Amino acid sequence: MGEAVSQTAAQLITALRRAQRDATAEVTVLADRPDGTVVRCGHVVAKAHPPGTDPAELAVRLGVAAHPRCAEILLPPVDGMGALPDGRQVTLWPYGEPVAPDAPDAAPWVGAGRLLARLHAVPIAELPGPLPAMRGPAKAARAIARLRAAALPDSVATRAVLRAWAGLPGWARGVDRTERTGRMDRMGRRDGNDGNDGNGGRDEGGDGDVTHTLCHGDLHLGQLIRHRATDWRLIDIDDLGLGDPAWDLARPAAWYAAGLLAAEDWERFLGAYRAAGGCAVGQRDPWPRLDVPARALTVQTAALALAKAAAAGRALDEAEEAMVAASVRIAHFMEAAG
Amino acid sequence: MQCPKCHAPMHTYNRNGVQIEQCSGCRGIFLDYGELEALTRLESQWTQAGPPAPPAAPQAYPAAPAWGAPQHGHYGHHGHHGHHKRGFGHMLFSS
Repeated sequence: MGEAVSQTAAQLITALRRAQRDATAEVTVLADRPDGTVVRCGHVVAKAHPPGTDPAELAVRLGVAAHPRCAEILLPPVDGMGALPDGRQVTLWPYGEPVAPDAPDAAPWVGAGRLLARLHAVPIAELPGPLPAMRGPAKAARAIARLRAAALPDSVATRAVLRAWAGLPGWARGVDRTERTGRMDRMGRRDGNDGNDGNGGRDEGGDGDVTHTLCHGDLHLGQLIRHRATDWRLIDIDDLGLGDPAWDLARPAAWYAAGLLAAEDWERFLGAYRAAGGCAVGQRDPWPRLDVPARALTVQTAALALAKAAAAGRALDEAEEAMVAASVRIAHFMEAAG
Repeated sequence: MQCPKCHAPMHTYNRNGVQIEQCSGCRGIFLDYGELEALTRLESQWTQAGPPAPPAAPQAYPAAPAWGAPQHGHYGHHGHHGHHKRGFGHMLFSS
Protein backbone atom coordinates (compact mmCIF):
# COMPACT_ATOMS: atom_id res chain seq x y z
CA MET A 1 0.00 0.00 0.00
CA GLY A 2 1.33 3.41 -0.94
CA GLU A 3 2.46 5.88 1.74
CA ALA A 4 0.60 8.91 0.50
CA VAL A 5 -3.09 8.15 0.14
CA SER A 6 -5.89 10.67 0.20
CA GLN A 7 -7.98 11.23 3.30
CA THR A 8 -10.85 9.53 1.48
CA ALA A 9 -8.73 6.44 0.85
CA ALA A 10 -7.63 6.37 4.50
CA GLN A 11 -11.23 6.58 5.68
CA LEU A 12 -12.24 3.92 3.19
CA ILE A 13 -9.52 1.56 4.41
CA THR A 14 -10.71 1.98 8.00
CA ALA A 15 -14.32 1.33 6.99
CA LEU A 16 -13.36 -1.70 4.92
CA ARG A 17 -11.24 -3.19 7.69
CA ARG A 18 -14.16 -2.78 10.02
CA ALA A 19 -16.54 -4.39 7.54
CA GLN A 20 -14.16 -7.31 7.07
CA ARG A 21 -13.71 -7.55 10.82
CA ASP A 22 -10.01 -7.97 10.30
CA ALA A 23 -7.68 -5.20 11.36
CA THR A 24 -4.64 -6.89 9.88
CA ALA A 25 -5.85 -7.90 6.41
CA GLU A 26 -3.74 -6.45 3.65
CA VAL A 27 -5.28 -3.54 1.86
CA THR A 28 -4.49 -2.37 -1.68
CA VAL A 29 -5.45 1.02 -3.06
CA LEU A 30 -6.63 0.31 -6.61
CA ALA A 31 -7.57 3.88 -7.51
CA ASP A 32 -7.32 7.16 -5.63
CA ARG A 33 -8.70 10.01 -7.72
CA PRO A 34 -10.98 12.91 -6.87
CA ASP A 35 -13.75 11.23 -8.86
CA GLY A 36 -13.46 7.84 -7.25
CA THR A 37 -11.39 5.96 -4.70
CA VAL A 38 -11.27 2.17 -4.79
CA VAL A 39 -9.66 0.00 -2.11
CA ARG A 40 -9.33 -3.77 -2.04
CA CYS A 41 -9.24 -5.98 1.01
CA GLY A 42 -9.11 -9.68 0.18
CA HIS A 43 -12.16 -10.64 -1.82
CA VAL A 44 -13.94 -7.35 -1.26
CA VAL A 45 -13.50 -3.98 -2.93
CA ALA A 46 -14.87 -0.74 -1.52
CA LYS A 47 -15.55 2.26 -3.69
CA ALA A 48 -15.99 5.84 -2.46
CA HIS A 49 -18.16 7.52 -5.06
CA PRO A 50 -17.46 11.04 -6.29
CA PRO A 51 -18.46 13.91 -3.99
CA GLY A 52 -21.92 15.15 -4.83
CA THR A 53 -23.22 11.70 -5.81
CA ASP A 54 -26.99 11.68 -5.26
CA PRO A 55 -27.63 8.94 -2.66
CA ALA A 56 -31.11 8.19 -4.02
CA GLU A 57 -29.86 7.81 -7.59
CA LEU A 58 -26.94 5.68 -6.44
CA ALA A 59 -29.35 3.45 -4.49
CA VAL A 60 -31.41 2.85 -7.64
CA ARG A 61 -28.29 2.11 -9.66
CA LEU A 62 -27.10 -0.27 -6.97
CA GLY A 63 -30.50 -1.97 -7.05
CA VAL A 64 -30.13 -2.44 -10.81
CA ALA A 65 -26.69 -4.01 -10.38
CA ALA A 66 -28.13 -6.37 -7.75
CA HIS A 67 -31.20 -7.24 -9.84
CA PRO A 68 -31.45 -10.83 -11.18
CA ARG A 69 -32.17 -9.43 -14.67
CA CYS A 70 -28.63 -8.02 -14.70
CA ALA A 71 -27.01 -11.02 -13.01
CA GLU A 72 -24.81 -12.07 -15.92
CA ILE A 73 -24.15 -8.55 -17.14
CA LEU A 74 -23.32 -6.26 -14.23
CA LEU A 75 -21.21 -7.22 -11.24
CA PRO A 76 -23.62 -7.46 -8.29
CA PRO A 77 -22.70 -5.54 -5.11
CA VAL A 78 -21.72 -7.36 -1.94
CA ASP A 79 -23.88 -5.29 0.33
CA GLY A 80 -25.85 -2.09 0.70
CA MET A 81 -24.47 1.42 0.82
CA GLY A 82 -22.59 3.27 3.47
CA ALA A 83 -21.02 6.67 3.86
CA LEU A 84 -17.63 7.97 4.95
CA PRO A 85 -17.22 10.62 7.65
CA ASP A 86 -16.64 13.13 4.83
CA GLY A 87 -20.08 12.27 3.47
CA ARG A 88 -18.99 10.31 0.44
CA GLN A 89 -21.12 7.31 -0.51
CA VAL A 90 -19.48 3.92 -0.27
CA THR A 91 -20.41 0.65 -1.97
CA LEU A 92 -18.88 -2.83 -1.62
CA TRP A 93 -18.16 -5.25 -4.46
CA PRO A 94 -16.55 -8.63 -4.98
CA TYR A 95 -13.00 -8.39 -6.28
CA GLY A 96 -12.50 -9.43 -9.88
CA GLU A 97 -9.56 -9.70 -12.28
CA PRO A 98 -9.34 -6.61 -14.52
CA VAL A 99 -8.22 -6.51 -18.15
CA ALA A 100 -4.42 -6.57 -18.12
CA PRO A 101 -3.39 -2.95 -18.69
CA ASP A 102 -0.13 -3.96 -20.35
CA ALA A 103 -1.83 -6.26 -22.87
CA PRO A 104 -4.46 -4.16 -24.62
CA ASP A 105 -4.15 -6.43 -27.64
CA ALA A 106 -5.72 -9.20 -25.58
CA ALA A 107 -8.64 -6.90 -24.77
CA PRO A 108 -12.01 -8.68 -24.56
CA TRP A 109 -13.71 -6.79 -27.38
CA VAL A 110 -16.06 -9.69 -28.07
CA GLY A 111 -17.02 -9.96 -24.41
CA ALA A 112 -17.57 -6.20 -24.21
CA GLY A 113 -19.84 -6.22 -27.28
CA ARG A 114 -21.87 -9.11 -25.92
CA LEU A 115 -22.27 -7.57 -22.48
CA LEU A 116 -23.50 -4.30 -23.93
CA ALA A 117 -26.01 -6.07 -26.19
CA ARG A 118 -27.40 -7.89 -23.17
CA LEU A 119 -27.42 -4.75 -21.04
CA HIS A 120 -29.35 -2.88 -23.73
CA ALA A 121 -31.93 -5.68 -23.83
CA VAL A 122 -32.74 -5.59 -20.11
CA PRO A 123 -36.48 -4.91 -19.69
CA ILE A 124 -36.44 -1.70 -17.71
CA ALA A 125 -40.01 -2.05 -16.47
CA GLU A 126 -38.81 -4.87 -14.22
CA LEU A 127 -35.97 -2.86 -12.68
CA PRO A 128 -36.11 -0.68 -9.60
CA GLY A 129 -36.86 2.94 -10.30
CA PRO A 130 -37.05 5.72 -11.02
CA LEU A 131 -34.04 5.03 -13.21
CA PRO A 132 -31.89 8.15 -13.58
CA ALA A 133 -30.56 9.28 -16.94
CA MET A 134 -27.36 7.79 -18.27
CA ARG A 135 -24.66 10.33 -17.48
CA GLY A 136 -22.52 10.12 -20.61
CA PRO A 137 -23.53 13.53 -22.00
CA ALA A 138 -23.19 15.12 -18.54
CA LYS A 139 -19.62 13.83 -18.30
CA ALA A 140 -18.79 15.16 -21.74
CA ALA A 141 -20.11 18.55 -20.59
CA ARG A 142 -17.93 18.35 -17.49
CA ALA A 143 -14.84 17.70 -19.61
CA ILE A 144 -15.58 20.81 -21.66
CA ALA A 145 -16.12 22.82 -18.48
CA ARG A 146 -12.74 21.62 -17.26
CA LEU A 147 -11.07 22.68 -20.49
CA ARG A 148 -12.73 26.10 -20.27
CA ALA A 149 -11.69 26.46 -16.62
CA ALA A 150 -8.09 25.65 -17.57
CA ALA A 151 -8.14 28.89 -19.60
CA LEU A 152 -5.43 27.69 -21.98
CA PRO A 153 -3.93 30.14 -24.43
CA ASP A 154 -5.86 30.25 -27.68
CA SER A 155 -4.77 27.49 -30.06
CA VAL A 156 -6.02 25.57 -33.09
CA ALA A 157 -6.65 22.59 -30.81
CA THR A 158 -8.76 24.29 -28.13
CA ARG A 159 -10.67 26.31 -30.69
CA ALA A 160 -11.49 23.18 -32.72
CA VAL A 161 -12.55 21.24 -29.62
CA LEU A 162 -14.91 24.00 -28.49
CA ARG A 163 -16.29 24.47 -31.98
CA ALA A 164 -16.86 20.74 -32.47
CA TRP A 165 -18.60 20.70 -29.08
CA ALA A 166 -20.85 23.62 -30.02
CA GLY A 167 -21.93 21.74 -33.15
CA LEU A 168 -23.42 18.85 -31.19
CA PRO A 169 -27.15 18.66 -30.56
CA GLY A 170 -28.28 19.62 -27.07
CA TRP A 171 -29.00 16.09 -25.85
CA ALA A 172 -25.40 15.07 -26.51
CA ARG A 173 -24.16 18.09 -24.53
CA GLY A 174 -26.34 17.13 -21.58
CA VAL A 175 -28.50 20.23 -21.84
CA ASP A 176 -31.72 18.81 -23.21
CA ARG A 177 -32.78 15.27 -22.62
CA THR A 178 -36.13 15.60 -24.34
CA GLU A 179 -34.87 16.70 -27.73
CA ARG A 180 -33.43 13.29 -28.57
CA THR A 181 -34.17 11.45 -31.81
CA GLY A 182 -36.18 14.20 -33.46
CA ARG A 183 -33.90 14.23 -36.41
CA MET A 184 -30.62 12.56 -36.99
CA ASP A 185 -27.63 14.69 -37.61
CA ARG A 186 -26.42 13.59 -40.99
CA MET A 187 -22.97 15.05 -41.04
CA GLY A 188 -21.13 11.81 -40.51
CA ARG A 189 -22.59 10.14 -43.54
CA ARG A 190 -20.13 8.72 -45.90
CA ASP A 191 -22.63 8.43 -48.70
CA GLY A 192 -25.28 10.91 -49.66
CA ASN A 193 -28.37 8.78 -49.37
CA ASP A 194 -30.52 8.01 -46.42
CA GLY A 195 -29.00 4.60 -45.90
CA ASN A 196 -32.14 3.33 -44.25
CA ASP A 197 -30.81 0.24 -42.62
CA GLY A 198 -33.83 -1.24 -41.02
CA ASN A 199 -33.98 0.85 -37.89
CA GLY A 200 -34.27 4.09 -39.79
CA GLY A 201 -37.96 4.25 -38.99
CA ARG A 202 -37.15 4.38 -35.33
CA ASP A 203 -34.40 6.91 -35.92
CA GLU A 204 -36.76 9.32 -37.54
CA GLY A 205 -39.78 8.58 -35.43
CA GLY A 206 -38.74 10.65 -32.47
CA ASP A 207 -40.79 8.43 -30.19
CA GLY A 208 -37.99 8.31 -27.66
CA ASP A 209 -37.57 4.53 -27.87
CA VAL A 210 -33.83 4.75 -27.78
CA THR A 211 -33.80 6.90 -24.68
CA HIS A 212 -35.54 4.16 -22.76
CA THR A 213 -32.67 1.74 -22.86
CA LEU A 214 -30.49 0.79 -19.94
CA CYS A 215 -26.99 2.05 -20.71
CA HIS A 216 -23.66 1.81 -18.93
CA GLY A 217 -22.68 5.37 -19.76
CA ASP A 218 -18.90 5.15 -19.47
CA LEU A 219 -17.56 2.12 -21.28
CA HIS A 220 -13.84 1.54 -21.50
CA LEU A 221 -11.59 -1.43 -20.85
CA GLY A 222 -11.25 -0.55 -17.17
CA GLN A 223 -14.96 -1.27 -16.78
CA LEU A 224 -14.65 -4.99 -17.44
CA ILE A 225 -13.64 -7.52 -14.83
CA ARG A 226 -13.64 -11.28 -14.60
CA HIS A 227 -15.31 -12.44 -11.44
CA ARG A 228 -14.14 -15.86 -10.19
CA ALA A 229 -12.45 -16.51 -13.54
CA THR A 230 -15.84 -16.80 -15.21
CA ASP A 231 -17.21 -14.51 -17.88
CA TRP A 232 -16.65 -10.80 -18.03
CA ARG A 233 -18.89 -8.44 -16.13
CA LEU A 234 -19.37 -4.69 -16.35
CA ILE A 235 -18.49 -2.60 -13.32
CA ASP A 236 -18.87 1.06 -12.30
CA ILE A 237 -22.53 2.03 -12.06
CA ASP A 238 -21.96 5.75 -11.47
CA ASP A 239 -23.11 6.70 -14.97
CA LEU A 240 -25.62 3.89 -15.52
CA GLY A 241 -29.12 4.88 -16.54
CA LEU A 242 -31.59 5.46 -19.34
CA GLY A 243 -30.27 6.85 -22.56
CA ASP A 244 -29.23 6.24 -26.14
CA PRO A 245 -27.47 2.85 -26.28
CA ALA A 246 -25.28 4.10 -29.13
CA TRP A 247 -23.41 6.07 -26.46
CA ASP A 248 -22.02 2.81 -25.05
CA LEU A 249 -20.54 1.88 -28.44
CA ALA A 250 -19.31 5.36 -29.16
CA ARG A 251 -16.02 5.39 -27.28
CA PRO A 252 -14.55 2.43 -29.22
CA ALA A 253 -16.18 3.99 -32.31
CA ALA A 254 -14.38 7.28 -31.61
CA TRP A 255 -11.07 5.46 -31.14
CA TYR A 256 -11.60 3.63 -34.41
CA ALA A 257 -12.55 6.83 -36.25
CA ALA A 258 -9.45 8.55 -34.89
CA GLY A 259 -7.29 5.76 -36.31
CA LEU A 260 -6.30 4.40 -32.88
CA LEU A 261 -8.34 1.22 -32.64
CA ALA A 262 -7.49 -1.40 -35.26
CA ALA A 263 -10.26 -2.17 -37.74
CA GLU A 264 -10.30 -5.83 -36.66
CA ASP A 265 -10.86 -4.90 -33.02
CA TRP A 266 -13.65 -2.51 -33.95
CA GLU A 267 -15.26 -5.18 -36.12
CA ARG A 268 -14.98 -7.82 -33.43
CA PHE A 269 -16.61 -5.50 -30.90
CA LEU A 270 -19.40 -4.34 -33.21
CA GLY A 271 -19.89 -7.82 -34.68
CA ALA A 272 -20.25 -9.39 -31.24
CA TYR A 273 -22.70 -6.65 -30.24
CA ARG A 274 -24.84 -7.26 -33.31
CA ALA A 275 -24.60 -11.05 -33.08
CA ALA A 276 -25.90 -10.85 -29.51
CA GLY A 277 -28.91 -8.86 -30.70
CA GLY A 278 -27.69 -5.38 -29.75
CA CYS A 279 -30.27 -2.73 -30.58
CA ALA A 280 -28.19 0.46 -30.81
CA VAL A 281 -27.24 0.29 -34.49
CA GLY A 282 -28.70 -1.47 -37.51
CA GLN A 283 -27.08 -4.24 -39.49
CA ARG A 284 -25.63 -1.96 -42.13
CA ASP A 285 -23.77 1.34 -41.73
CA PRO A 286 -23.71 1.99 -37.97
CA TRP A 287 -22.52 5.59 -38.33
CA PRO A 288 -25.87 7.32 -38.70
CA ARG A 289 -26.47 6.27 -35.10
CA LEU A 290 -22.90 6.50 -33.86
CA ASP A 291 -21.95 9.83 -35.36
CA VAL A 292 -23.22 12.21 -32.67
CA PRO A 293 -22.13 10.22 -29.59
CA ALA A 294 -18.76 9.40 -31.20
CA ARG A 295 -18.20 13.08 -31.91
CA ALA A 296 -19.14 13.90 -28.30
CA LEU A 297 -16.71 11.34 -26.91
CA THR A 298 -13.96 12.43 -29.29
CA VAL A 299 -14.36 16.00 -28.10
CA GLN A 300 -14.61 14.89 -24.45
CA THR A 301 -11.38 12.90 -24.71
CA ALA A 302 -9.57 15.71 -26.51
CA ALA A 303 -10.76 18.30 -23.97
CA LEU A 304 -9.57 16.22 -21.02
CA ALA A 305 -6.27 15.51 -22.74
CA LEU A 306 -5.63 19.22 -23.35
CA ALA A 307 -6.59 20.16 -19.77
CA LYS A 308 -4.59 17.35 -18.16
CA ALA A 309 -1.50 17.88 -20.29
CA ALA A 310 -1.54 21.61 -19.53
CA ALA A 311 -1.97 20.98 -15.80
CA ALA A 312 0.96 18.55 -15.84
CA GLY A 313 3.05 20.82 -18.04
CA ARG A 314 3.58 18.07 -20.59
CA ALA A 315 2.96 17.64 -24.30
CA LEU A 316 0.13 15.48 -25.65
CA ASP A 317 1.02 11.87 -26.31
CA GLU A 318 0.34 10.32 -29.73
CA ALA A 319 -3.08 8.94 -28.81
CA GLU A 320 -4.17 12.30 -27.39
CA GLU A 321 -2.88 14.03 -30.52
CA ALA A 322 -5.02 11.68 -32.61
CA MET A 323 -8.15 12.63 -30.65
CA VAL A 324 -7.39 16.33 -31.01
CA ALA A 325 -6.78 15.84 -34.75
CA ALA A 326 -10.18 14.11 -35.01
CA SER A 327 -11.77 17.10 -33.24
CA VAL A 328 -10.13 19.44 -35.75
CA ARG A 329 -11.59 17.38 -38.61
CA ILE A 330 -15.03 17.44 -36.96
CA ALA A 331 -14.85 21.23 -36.72
CA HIS A 332 -13.79 21.44 -40.39
CA PHE A 333 -16.65 19.23 -41.50
CA MET A 334 -19.10 21.31 -39.53
CA GLU A 335 -17.95 24.40 -41.36
CA ALA A 336 -18.20 22.61 -44.69
CA ALA A 337 -21.68 21.38 -43.85
CA GLY A 338 -22.78 24.85 -42.72
CA MET B 1 -33.29 28.69 -46.99
CA GLN B 2 -36.70 27.02 -47.18
CA CYS B 3 -37.66 24.01 -49.27
CA PRO B 4 -39.72 25.14 -52.29
CA LYS B 5 -41.79 21.95 -52.04
CA CYS B 6 -42.56 21.43 -48.35
CA HIS B 7 -41.16 24.66 -46.81
CA ALA B 8 -39.04 22.89 -44.20
CA PRO B 9 -35.58 24.41 -43.60
CA MET B 10 -32.82 23.28 -45.94
CA HIS B 11 -29.32 22.45 -44.78
CA THR B 12 -26.14 22.83 -46.75
CA TYR B 13 -23.90 19.82 -47.21
CA ASN B 14 -20.59 19.49 -48.94
CA ARG B 15 -20.26 16.51 -51.25
CA ASN B 16 -16.79 16.18 -52.73
CA GLY B 17 -16.39 19.93 -52.71
CA VAL B 18 -19.84 20.60 -54.18
CA GLN B 19 -22.27 22.50 -51.92
CA ILE B 20 -25.76 21.07 -52.04
CA GLU B 21 -28.88 22.01 -50.08
CA GLN B 22 -30.97 19.22 -48.65
CA CYS B 23 -34.41 19.61 -47.11
CA SER B 24 -34.66 18.44 -43.51
CA GLY B 25 -38.31 17.52 -44.14
CA CYS B 26 -38.77 15.78 -47.48
CA ARG B 27 -35.02 15.15 -48.12
CA GLY B 28 -35.29 16.85 -51.50
CA ILE B 29 -32.06 18.30 -52.86
CA PHE B 30 -31.58 21.75 -54.37
CA LEU B 31 -28.69 22.32 -56.74
CA ASP B 32 -27.40 25.72 -57.77
CA TYR B 33 -26.42 26.50 -61.36
CA GLY B 34 -23.53 24.27 -62.38
CA GLU B 35 -23.68 22.01 -59.34
CA LEU B 36 -25.34 19.13 -61.16
CA GLU B 37 -22.63 19.34 -63.81
CA ALA B 38 -19.97 19.39 -61.10
CA LEU B 39 -21.44 16.29 -59.49
CA THR B 40 -21.77 14.53 -62.86
CA ARG B 41 -18.16 15.37 -63.63
CA LEU B 42 -17.02 13.95 -60.28
CA GLU B 43 -19.08 10.85 -60.87
CA SER B 44 -17.58 10.21 -64.30
CA GLN B 45 -14.09 10.75 -62.88
CA TRP B 46 -14.89 8.17 -60.27
CA THR B 47 -16.16 5.57 -62.76
CA GLN B 48 -13.28 6.24 -65.17
CA ALA B 49 -10.73 5.83 -62.43
CA GLY B 50 -12.50 2.56 -61.70
CA PRO B 51 -12.39 1.29 -58.13
CA PRO B 52 -9.58 -1.29 -58.18
CA ALA B 53 -11.94 -3.82 -56.51
CA PRO B 54 -9.80 -6.80 -55.59
CA PRO B 55 -11.36 -9.94 -57.11
CA ALA B 56 -12.08 -11.62 -53.79
CA ALA B 57 -12.76 -9.00 -51.15
CA PRO B 58 -15.72 -10.20 -49.13
CA GLN B 59 -14.61 -8.20 -46.09
CA ALA B 60 -14.75 -4.52 -46.95
CA TYR B 61 -13.02 -2.08 -44.65
CA PRO B 62 -15.53 -1.19 -41.96
CA ALA B 63 -17.41 2.06 -42.42
CA ALA B 64 -16.02 5.20 -40.80
CA PRO B 65 -17.46 8.69 -40.41
CA ALA B 66 -16.58 11.49 -42.80
CA TRP B 67 -14.39 13.07 -40.11
CA GLY B 68 -12.48 9.82 -39.57
CA ALA B 69 -8.70 9.59 -39.75
CA PRO B 70 -7.39 9.79 -43.31
CA GLN B 71 -5.89 6.31 -43.31
CA HIS B 72 -9.37 4.80 -43.26
CA GLY B 73 -10.16 3.02 -46.48
CA HIS B 74 -6.57 1.99 -47.10
CA TYR B 75 -5.48 -1.56 -46.80
CA GLY B 76 -2.24 -2.73 -45.36
CA HIS B 77 -1.65 -0.51 -42.34
CA HIS B 78 -3.48 -2.84 -40.04
CA GLY B 79 -3.38 -6.55 -39.37
CA HIS B 80 -0.34 -6.19 -37.19
CA HIS B 81 -0.98 -5.92 -33.54
CA GLY B 82 1.46 -4.53 -31.08
CA HIS B 83 2.31 -1.08 -32.37
CA HIS B 84 -0.39 1.09 -30.93
CA LYS B 85 0.21 4.81 -30.83
CA ARG B 86 1.94 5.96 -27.67
CA GLY B 87 -0.61 6.59 -24.96
CA PHE B 88 -3.39 4.50 -26.47
CA GLY B 89 -2.87 1.69 -23.98
CA HIS B 90 -3.61 4.15 -21.22
CA MET B 91 -6.51 5.80 -23.04
CA LEU B 92 -8.24 2.42 -23.40
CA PHE B 93 -8.67 2.36 -19.63
CA SER B 94 -9.76 5.91 -18.88
CA SER B 95 -12.95 7.93 -19.12
